[in-house]
This record gives sequence, C-alpha cells and structure tokens, in this order.
Amino acid sequence: MTTSAAAAVPHGHAHRDDLGSRMGMWLFLFTELILFGGMFVAYAVYRFDHPAEFELGAKELDTLIGTINTMVLLTSSLTVAMSITAIQKGKKKLSLLLVGITILLALVFLVNKYFEWHHKFEAGLYPQSPDLLNKPPGEILYFGLYFVMTGLHALHVIIGAIVLAVMMVFIQRGSINKNSYVKLEAGALYWHLVDIIWIFLFPLFYLIH
Amino acid sequence: MTEHEQQHGEEVHVVSYGRYVLIWLGLMGLTAATVALAGIDLRRWVIITALTIASIKGLLVLNVFMHLKFEDRVFHIFAMVAGVILLIFIVLVFFDYAFH
Repeated sequence: MTTSAAAAVPHGHAHRDDLGSRMGMWLFLFTELILFGGMFVAYAVYRFDHPAEFELGAKELDTLIGTINTMVLLTSSLTVAMSITAIQKGKKKLSLLLVGITILLALVFLVNKYFEWHHKFEAGLYPQSPDLLNKPPGEILYFGLYFVMTGLHALHVIIGAIVLAVMMVFIQRGSINKNSYVKLEAGALYWHLVDIIWIFLFPLFYLIH
Repeated sequence: MTEHEQQHGEEVHVVSYGRYVLIWLGLMGLTAATVALAGIDLRRWVIITALTIASIKGLLVLNVFMHLKFEDRVFHIFAMVAGVILLIFIVLVFFDYAFH
C-alpha cells in the first residue's frame, strides 16, 4: 500500500508522525522503568542485608497464585500484540475481540490479587499491623516492599485496562483503523511494560527458597 | 515471517499470529522452568538463574511483542541508554553500600 495518509484516512490528520508518537511512548516507558528501578534497588539492598528473613517472608506467599497470574499476564500480552496484527490486516472485529480478551485477563489478574491480599490481611499481614510489627526487621521490610511494589504494579494494571478500554472505543468508532493504529500500539506498549515489570516481580517475591 | 506494508509512508512490519504464539509458548515454558528451578536448592545460584530467566523473558517481550526488533535504530540506542542508566544506579548503590 502506498496511498498517502490523507487519502487513506479521511478523518485523519494530514501531518502525522507515527514514529515520533511511538518514540514519545518509549520515552515515557523509560521513566516508568526508573520509577520501578528505584524500588528494585531498595529491594536488592534490603535482601542483601536480610537474606534469611526475605526467604521466610516469601514462604508466606502462594506460589501457585503467583504462577497463574504470571501466565495470565503473559497471555494478555499475546492477545494485545495480536490485536495490532489484526488491525493491520483490517480485521476490526477480531482486533476488538483480542483487546477485549486482554482486558478480561487484566480483571482475572486483579481478582487473583484481591484474594491474595485479602488472605494476607486476614492472616494479620498488612502494613503496620501488630502481627507484622512483631516479626523481625527483615520480614517487615520484605512485606513493606511486597505491598508497595505489587500495589504499584496493580495500579498500573488498572490504568492499563482503562487505556485499553478507551482503545476499544477508538477501534469501534474507526479512529483506530487499518491505516492508523499508532494509538493502539502505544496502549499495547504500556501493557507490555506492565507485563515485563511482573516478569521480574514474580521470581523476586514468590520464588525465594 | 513478516509482511511489509506501508503506514503513512513509513515501512511497517506485520508480525504473524504464529510468530506471536511461538514467543508466547517460549514465555510459558520459561515460566515453568523458573518455577521448577525454584524447587531445587541451588544456593547462591537461585537468584542468578531466576534473574537470567526473567531477563530472557523480558527481552522476548521487548523485541517481539513490543516490536523493538523492527524499530528504527534510534529506539535500540534509547533502550540501551535506559538499561545502562538503571545498571549504573544498581552498581553505584552497591559500591556505596559495600564501603559504607
């Protein structure tokens, strides 16, 4: 296809710079990387200081739920990536379906997270809880980092799901289409970043033995 | 594996569904591997194997799902700069910490 954008996209802007748009999104993602990176540094230092207590803390987490949630997020990354191929091929309905499945998987992740946290709270493990404060300092640090890092990550999952819901509206209305889909690409990039952060959170919190 | 099309005069890659599914299978396999390895007592190798597997998974997502592989060279340079900055953060903190 070599038609000009103005001809191909009746309602599109005459001056569009998709490469620039994606570059802007990547720059934003780097700031997110630094935000989480700072926390990973804090995690590294405290784990270096309290290896045995981090191990004890990790034993309280449910590896099965963690593994299921990892697979849920990886699958959601697959479906959102495929939605771009679908829109590139002009398959609007398929693209909508794939983004819809991605949002559904985001909700599955959050429901699992809810049960996981709920279980911890019921066991008396939440920030500043008397039970937690009675534990050794290393375990208090472990659970502090656990709640802050997975909490901030869950917030990103919520924001990502909302962004993707808006993308569905754009696809439905046709402002994301075969010839112009950079908005969907940006939304998908955000979603993949959320996935990558979890790829690192999962072994660092769940798989210490 | 990839078709070439034009989006706004810019050459774009259309990644096939099959290729995405293949990468996804790899990611699932690596997840199973990292969980299985966590059950074995590898002592100080635990953290190294876990982070190595996580890094491979991260690179697969970055390169294929996020299309970094098919992007302009400037994206690769950006990504490398961001990675190096993060690495400097980690290394400097540990230097400071070790000689505290």
